[in-house]
Amino acid sequence: MSAVRKANLPLGEGIAQIGACGIFLFQILRAIPRSLRHLRETVRQVYFVGAMSLVIIMTCGLFIGMVLGLQLYHTLSIFGGTAALGTVVALSLYRELGPVVTALLFAGRAGTSITAEIGLMRATDQLDAMEMMAVDPMAYVVAPRFLAGIIVMPLLACVFNALGILGAHLVGVSWLGLDNGTFWSNMTSNVDVWDDILNGVWKSTAFGAVITLIATYQGYTTPPTSEGVAYATTRTVVFSSIATLVLDFIMTAFLM
Amino acid sequence: MSKPRDLQPAIPTDALISIRGLRTRLGDKLIFDGVDLDIPRGKITAIMGPSGTGKTTLLRHITGQLGPDAGEVMVDGQNIARIGREALFDLRERIGYLFQNSALLTDFSVFENVAFPLRQHLKLPEELIRNIVLTKLQAVGLRGAAELMPAELSGGMMRRVALARAIVRDPMLIIYDEPFVGLDPIALNQILKLIRTLNQTLGITSILVAHELAAVSRIADQIYLLAAGKIAAHGTPDDLARGETPWTKQFFSGEADGPVPFHYPAPDYATQLGLVGAKP
Repeated sequence: MSAVRKANLPLGEGIAQIGACGIFLFQILRAIPRSLRHLRETVRQVYFVGAMSLVIIMTCGLFIGMVLGLQLYHTLSIFGGTAALGTVVALSLYRELGPVVTALLFAGRAGTSITAEIGLMRATDQLDAMEMMAVDPMAYVVAPRFLAGIIVMPLLACVFNALGILGAHLVGVSWLGLDNGTFWSNMTSNVDVWDDILNGVWKSTAFGAVITLIATYQGYTTPPTSEGVAYATTRTVVFSSIATLVLDFIMTAFLM
Repeated sequence: MSKPRDLQPAIPTDALISIRGLRTRLGDKLIFDGVDLDIPRGKITAIMGPSGTGKTTLLRHITGQLGPDAGEVMVDGQNIARIGREALFDLRERIGYLFQNSALLTDFSVFENVAFPLRQHLKLPEELIRNIVLTKLQAVGLRGAAELMPAELSGGMMRRVALARAIVRDPMLIIYDEPFVGLDPIALNQILKLIRTLNQTLGITSILVAHELAAVSRIADQIYLLAAGKIAAHGTPDDLARGETPWTKQFFSGEADGPVPFHYPAPDYATQLGLVGAKP
């Protein structure tokens, strides 16, 4: 890895970063059994990264559903297929938009806060203080946040999907006059729990793991300066967004 | 290169910490170049020296946060660079460490900061934890601030909370990194008394890194003066105050001229200002 670093090329540096991040993931996985001693900390993180993200997830979910309702109603009406509105909206949300948009919002809201918090703990010697008190920061700080991300992301994606469908229903049924029974019956008969809903759940779980891995890694390895924390926070958003979209393509190819 | 084992000074039997032939390089800078020192059990040992001579780095070696390039650091009979992580954590459970910048956990109140080591390692009844924490906070004069958050404290108060946290488990060794910075004269006096009391009543070994010569001289049993990567002088505070070496003379009189340069290496002053060769 050091040979690649010495090459001082952006590509080499990127590969070295991915390698270091892989080692960091291994350390987190090793720390997870010990982190179960700090279950209260994991619950606290579920609240901070999950419950505190609800407002942005619900608001965005509702409006994206409303936009989908409008756009798809317009497009489907060209072919006389507005009855399929519920089905198309639900499939778009469950399989793609729900997990992906939730992940991008999660990276911006929770990922950045995780990076900034751990980065500041590094800058103010709090992580070193834990080490000196014989408390492993990987088990007490990093692993609970990683677990919280994995637990919370599928739940947030489900909330996003629910609000998205509600938004599409508001536009399609309440505003544009589509029949309520047609909207729901078409959706329920064409959406499969295992193929469609669970597909999105797997994706959002994987996105949660990748985003919290990037966020904790960036925070943990940030230079202990205000500039270092600022750059690390930015990198979290950029890398998480790219990783989410790349992983989405790979998972879609395998789960189709 | 570290000295061969048979040429190194013998380790005294009463030493809790023994360092032999310590050599450390950080980046391009040689921090230690063959340091030998012993910290006796139950005594207060001060490490002093000009800024940037590696006093905090030495503490990082003693606590296993940093491994040496050469030489060995023995703590309570264990070579700190060779023990595994679990043994290192077992050892750290018996060490209290006061950080230069306090390093309080900002999410926790003063009470919870002091209780943190107890909650993490011991399954004690809540009532007992409360009593221990309040006793330690009383010792540093901050029992009344137990419910405050770190952001509500002054620098001096944060340092006293960090001190209470460092002593909450009555460790065998307490390491104080710059404990007197930001303390008013009243708090300074009380903290000095507390360090001395802990040492005398519980027999706790203490390592003190500080620049306040008068304060250190009141409580330290011995002082090591670090300079230029080596131990420049060693002895009781009185011995060092009477010292005739250039290092001790300059350090204890605070003069700019001497073996320790006051100025960071720089080009010639007049040349840099453009005064050399300029027309009158």
